[in-house]
Amino acid sequence: MRAQFVLSEIGVGLRRNLTMTFAVIVSVALSLALFGGSLLMREQVSTMKGYWYDKVNVSIFLCNKIDAESDPACAKGVATDEQKKQIKADLQKMPVVQSVQFETADEAYKHYKEQFGKSPIAGSLTPDQMQESFRVKLKDPSKYAVISSAFSQRPGVQVVQDQKTLLENLFNLLNGMNYAALGVMALMLVVALMLIVNTVRVSAFSRRRETGIMRLVGASSFYIQIPFIMEAAFAGLLGAGFACVLLVGGQYFLVNNWLAHHIDVIQFIGWDAVLAKLPLVLAIGLLMPALAAFAALRKYLKV
Amino acid sequence: MIRFDNVSKSYPKQNRPALRDVSLEIEKGEFVFLVGSSGSGKSTFLRLLLREERASHGQVHVLGKDLARISNWKVPQMRRQLGTVFQDFRLLPNKTVAQNVAFALEVIGKPRGEIRKAVPQVLELVGLGGKEERMPGELSGGEQQRVAIARAFVNRPLLLIADEPTGNLDPQTSVGIMKLLDRINRTGTTVIMATHDQQIVDQMRKRVIELEQGRLVRDQSRGVYGYQH
Repeated sequence: MRAQFVLSEIGVGLRRNLTMTFAVIVSVALSLALFGGSLLMREQVSTMKGYWYDKVNVSIFLCNKIDAESDPACAKGVATDEQKKQIKADLQKMPVVQSVQFETADEAYKHYKEQFGKSPIAGSLTPDQMQESFRVKLKDPSKYAVISSAFSQRPGVQVVQDQKTLLENLFNLLNGMNYAALGVMALMLVVALMLIVNTVRVSAFSRRRETGIMRLVGASSFYIQIPFIMEAAFAGLLGAGFACVLLVGGQYFLVNNWLAHHIDVIQFIGWDAVLAKLPLVLAIGLLMPALAAFAALRKYLKV
Repeated sequence: MIRFDNVSKSYPKQNRPALRDVSLEIEKGEFVFLVGSSGSGKSTFLRLLLREERASHGQVHVLGKDLARISNWKVPQMRRQLGTVFQDFRLLPNKTVAQNVAFALEVIGKPRGEIRKAVPQVLELVGLGGKEERMPGELSGGEQQRVAIARAFVNRPLLLIADEPTGNLDPQTSVGIMKLLDRINRTGTTVIMATHDQQIVDQMRKRVIELEQGRLVRDQSRGVYGYQH
């Protein structure tokens, strides 16, 4: 295998189909940027959901020392063991309740660390500042009101919170955007693949003299095909490179410099999440066009 | 070197077979003319040798191998031992003479040192010494055919297949090309040449194989182009 020869063939091929190559690069870049963006969005949503979101429907937060001093709902003081036992027993007796879990302050601290570990607030927090809570799963999630009316006024209970109302609309929006992004990505991907097939067809036609001679003098089919495949792979890799630039740029300008400044209650995904996606994007950008070109060659190039 | 055993070839959608029950043998070092009118099966004969086509019936042996039994991925290896020349030269117009010849070695992965040695040598042999850097478009038809022959011969094939190599050339130029093919033949390379050129065949007095409507109708050593022309 003479690398220099193959490389010069690829260069010639790419220049000959400059407009088509450009179209391939753009469509691969857009589809992969959408792909990466949708992966990151999903990760963002799961970051925001935290530990309990998908597991329970209702959380009953109990008063701790700090609440007893500051929150009127906890005017009767810190929740006692007696109260906790009573709440748990009452919960388990209710027919709408499917399961009950008790989260200790230590566990709450651990879960909080997992979710907000990187934010500056987390650093100053200690386990005894965290609240204990009952995490309740309902047989019918819409029956939140039953729990709320039964427990919100109890001594020792600070607040009863319906997990879903808080974030559900936002998550629905994000999920909708995610599906839209995936749909557009699928379309762009189809466009990219068709462009690649067409590029291969055109370049197989414009190089039929060369490939004909190669066949006659006994070049292996691999040797004949590799410039076409590398052409597509190179264009795809370039497109994937642009997709990476878009993702990094999006993280830098949109998330770090804009969203993070304007919305500070949400922990946004960090650079590690973005950088972790880049190898995947590059690999897909390299392999997918190469495979498409290989498939197209079976049809358009006799070897 | 080459053996045809009862070879027939029919193409789909054509009721008349292109070759019918052809049997013959060609020894190493022979010079063979393949004659016959258009559509007589000459091209099919040559395509079978190159394994561009497979025989419908019978066996084709080239260089001691049954072509029906060579797997597809080994065909390139086999073709490296054959050289091919065409009526229309088939040179790459955007490469120089030397690059055109070198191309044949590059694409089979020959090391650069070997290519640098072999290319000037073969160009000298075909009488194009000093024209290495010319483009094919700047050359006469005869010179272009010499480049094509150099390309076919640069890997020192055991068999040279020429499909009407003088078809586009004037008689005087053709004589030059024939002398060159004769010289290549004398190095021990078997040459099979399909042609319509009566004068050349009559002059050279080599073995003549004539096909007519796909049948072998004449196989004559030291023959002429035809009886009734």
